[in-house]
Amino acid sequence: MTVTVSFVLNGEDVSVDVEPRTLLVEALRDRLRRTGTHVGCDTSQCGACVVHVDGRSVKSCSMLAVQAEGAEVVTIEGLAKGGRLHPMQEAFREHHGLQCGFCTPGMIMSALDLVSQNPDPDENQIRHWLEGNLCRCTGYQNIVRAIKAGAQAMRSA
Amino acid sequence: MANDSKFTNQKFKLVGTRVMRPDGVDKVTGRARYGADASAPGQLVGAILRSPHAHATIRKIDTQKAEKLKGVKAVITSADLPDFTGGEGELYNVLENCMARGRALYDGHAVAAVAAVDAETARRALKLIKVDYKVLPHVTDVDLAIKPGAPVVQPGVKTKDKKAAPTNVANVTTYGHGDVEAGFGKADVIIEKSYKTEQVHQGYIEPHACLASVGPDGHGELWVTTQGPFAYRNWCATLLGMEMSQLKVTSSEIGGGFGGKTHVWIEPIALALSRKANRPVKLVMSREEVFRASGPTSPTSIDVRLGATRDGRIVAADAAMRYGNGAFPGIWGEVGAMAAWACYDIENVRSVGYEVLLNRPKVAAYRAPSAPMAAFAVESTVTLMAEALGMDPVEFRLKNAAREGTRASYGPTYGPIGIVPTLEAVKKHPHMRARLGKNQGRGVACGFWFNFGGQTCADLIIDVDGTVGLSVGTVDVGGARASLSLIAAEELGIPYEEVRCNIADTASLGHNDMTDGSRGTFSSGMATIFAARDAIEQLRVRAAKAWGIDVKNVSWKDGKAIAKGKRKSLTLKEIAEASPNTGGPISGHSQVVADGAGVSFASHICDVEVDPETGGTKVVRYTVVQDAGKAVHPDYVEGQFQGGAAQGIGWALNEEYVYGKDGRLQNPGFLDYRIPVCSDLPFIDTQILEIPNPNHPYGIRGVGETSIVPPLAAIANAVSDAAGVRMTHVPMSPPRVLAAIKASRAEKAPTG
Repeated sequence: MTVTVSFVLNGEDVSVDVEPRTLLVEALRDRLRRTGTHVGCDTSQCGACVVHVDGRSVKSCSMLAVQAEGAEVVTIEGLAKGGRLHPMQEAFREHHGLQCGFCTPGMIMSALDLVSQNPDPDENQIRHWLEGNLCRCTGYQNIVRAIKAGAQAMRSA
Repeated sequence: MANDSKFTNQKFKLVGTRVMRPDGVDKVTGRARYGADASAPGQLVGAILRSPHAHATIRKIDTQKAEKLKGVKAVITSADLPDFTGGEGELYNVLENCMARGRALYDGHAVAAVAAVDAETARRALKLIKVDYKVLPHVTDVDLAIKPGAPVVQPGVKTKDKKAAPTNVANVTTYGHGDVEAGFGKADVIIEKSYKTEQVHQGYIEPHACLASVGPDGHGELWVTTQGPFAYRNWCATLLGMEMSQLKVTSSEIGGGFGGKTHVWIEPIALALSRKANRPVKLVMSREEVFRASGPTSPTSIDVRLGATRDGRIVAADAAMRYGNGAFPGIWGEVGAMAAWACYDIENVRSVGYEVLLNRPKVAAYRAPSAPMAAFAVESTVTLMAEALGMDPVEFRLKNAAREGTRASYGPTYGPIGIVPTLEAVKKHPHMRARLGKNQGRGVACGFWFNFGGQTCADLIIDVDGTVGLSVGTVDVGGARASLSLIAAEELGIPYEEVRCNIADTASLGHNDMTDGSRGTFSSGMATIFAARDAIEQLRVRAAKAWGIDVKNVSWKDGKAIAKGKRKSLTLKEIAEASPNTGGPISGHSQVVADGAGVSFASHICDVEVDPETGGTKVVRYTVVQDAGKAVHPDYVEGQFQGGAAQGIGWALNEEYVYGKDGRLQNPGFLDYRIPVCSDLPFIDTQILEIPNPNHPYGIRGVGETSIVPPLAAIANAVSDAAGVRMTHVPMSPPRVLAAIKASRAEKAPTG
């Protein structure tokens, strides 16, 4: 049995037939082919699958696709506008806030939710906010630096 | 003519600058494609059935019901794979690890696989496969496995050293020189200590994933997350009876590997499923499968004996090192034995490595494999000796450190090396003078790693517009495309932005060994330099032709061909634009065995705070000092230093495979196997030293691995300083530290 779920994805209306048990991340990756949202753990620790649902960060492996009915969903693919990177994307690139890059989409989506709530987070606040996003390459150093720089760029934008 | 790989001490314009990475935009926008991101028309989804038992005989596998399920296109067991029984042992072992043959050797061992139209159907099919197991006694602990009467993991494996006797010891290897017992006879102080480290996983965030396609003509393609597409190609083709040129392997972007993606796991299975179903098959491990069935590192048990004279000179050193190999024999104890004493100049030294078989997954390389455990035991004992002699631990290390000309405990004589400079830098570092707070302590430890060169091939194409395409065969795990583009631009004398580095597939470039042994930038950097020089030769020929002069009279400088004595020059771009009419495309090529990888040393400083009520340990400050030879892209070198230290901190304090009495892994997920999160870690400070490697034109050494070697011991030494307890069992988790504190208090309390 499948059901049709409709939502706004990166500013476009989409409809997709899913099983009721289908996770949002499965619908995004396997059905809608937005593969920038990654799966690292299946059990909601790693945060590689963080997307925005109605403006808040959500681990898309911990939500059913049907729960997104009528919602506004933004994935990493929806951030750059008009061929220009979002300031937070630019900051991760410029400050080397990545090595392998697998955790990066989730990190950026999570960081944007932090900055929307706290436009000028200090290092301690960033480090605690990121507890739900695992990175195994960097020791987080440059990720923290990138988020500070990204927040700064967003404040002055 | 052989390429000259000697260090020339040239002045660099681009190498050493902090340029932006070419893959940055793809990775911040979600465009980068990892192992699980590819798809093919008509693709099926694969899934693997795994043993719930640590050790069992497989009497029968009934797949009939699964095969009849609608949507199932292929079911395979070992019966569908080549049988290497009686043949080459390593082939048998690698394939048996990918798919059990008659016996399950660990919890999570693959026993059957299906390919179906979707993931749900594949999962349902797995449930319909009936496996008749006869459960056997198992052993998962290194010390128990070598006791007489322990369950035997591999009855066919015999120990070379018959005196060592225990049947789970697959091999024994000894390194060293001098007369160890005579050395101990000269010692004023002897310290003996035993250590244990638990098994940890590399913990790459991207699970193993591939997309395999084999057609009825036997030709195949494999898209896969791997550190070595050529090695994967060779293994898969050999295991499945294909000719190597029939199989094209393309490496995806890799979401971390750290050694774990140097071995094949699911890839031969995906290809076999595709061959049977005659459709492309995508196979992706779950995180639970990654933990249960892909390479963790060895659990170890190590005895160390160290003897020194009162004036602080080490006169004898000995180590017995038992490394768990999982269910298949490896070389992990041997590597640990080679690395153990490499930091020191010791007259009488020995290390013995034991390969111990266990009912645990096959051990894989993990960043400087085997060295961190060896360093934990050795560097803890070295600090204990300094304390016993009343010497400063850094001074004691300096007094005994290896130098140029020292004969290493594992055989070779060192060239110029960085252990003394890193220790001198530690001594001068402000971190060493910072005040410690209540319950805080400081520790120092050193680390060594060999580094590797290996077979390397690169192509450099001068396009007709004067931009450059560089193809290398070493997978980029941490920014190598930026570093290699810098090197190509440096040689050619053109801007960095005009070089685009591409990771070639196995059909497009000659063989390259894997990105392991910290070899990516070292070896592909060397091949890139030679390929660029090859291209420059041709550029000079074209310029000479244009001017109608002998090529001997044309030199190359700053991106231009310059005619001798005449004020004429042609830029690379001008020569490239004319190339269709001057002899066709211009490219450079290099194929080398990149010998002369420079050994690498690091010294780390660590401050911890131990909560005496909970035993919880927090790293409050951390400094890495390491020799890079030449830092091509300093940001990425620092990133390697920090990343390795972070993994070492997780290993030291949190991470641990926990097996139940039933031999099953109890924590196969990131909730219960806790890798460091952002708030667990302090600012990790770094200091790059550059002691050039004389065997590389730019002086480059590998930098990727050494940073994981010292942290276990640095933290143990810091915990000892903070809480007065000597931790000999890693991870130093809160319960273990608390128990040690309580035991120490009980010891100190007056009796009666």
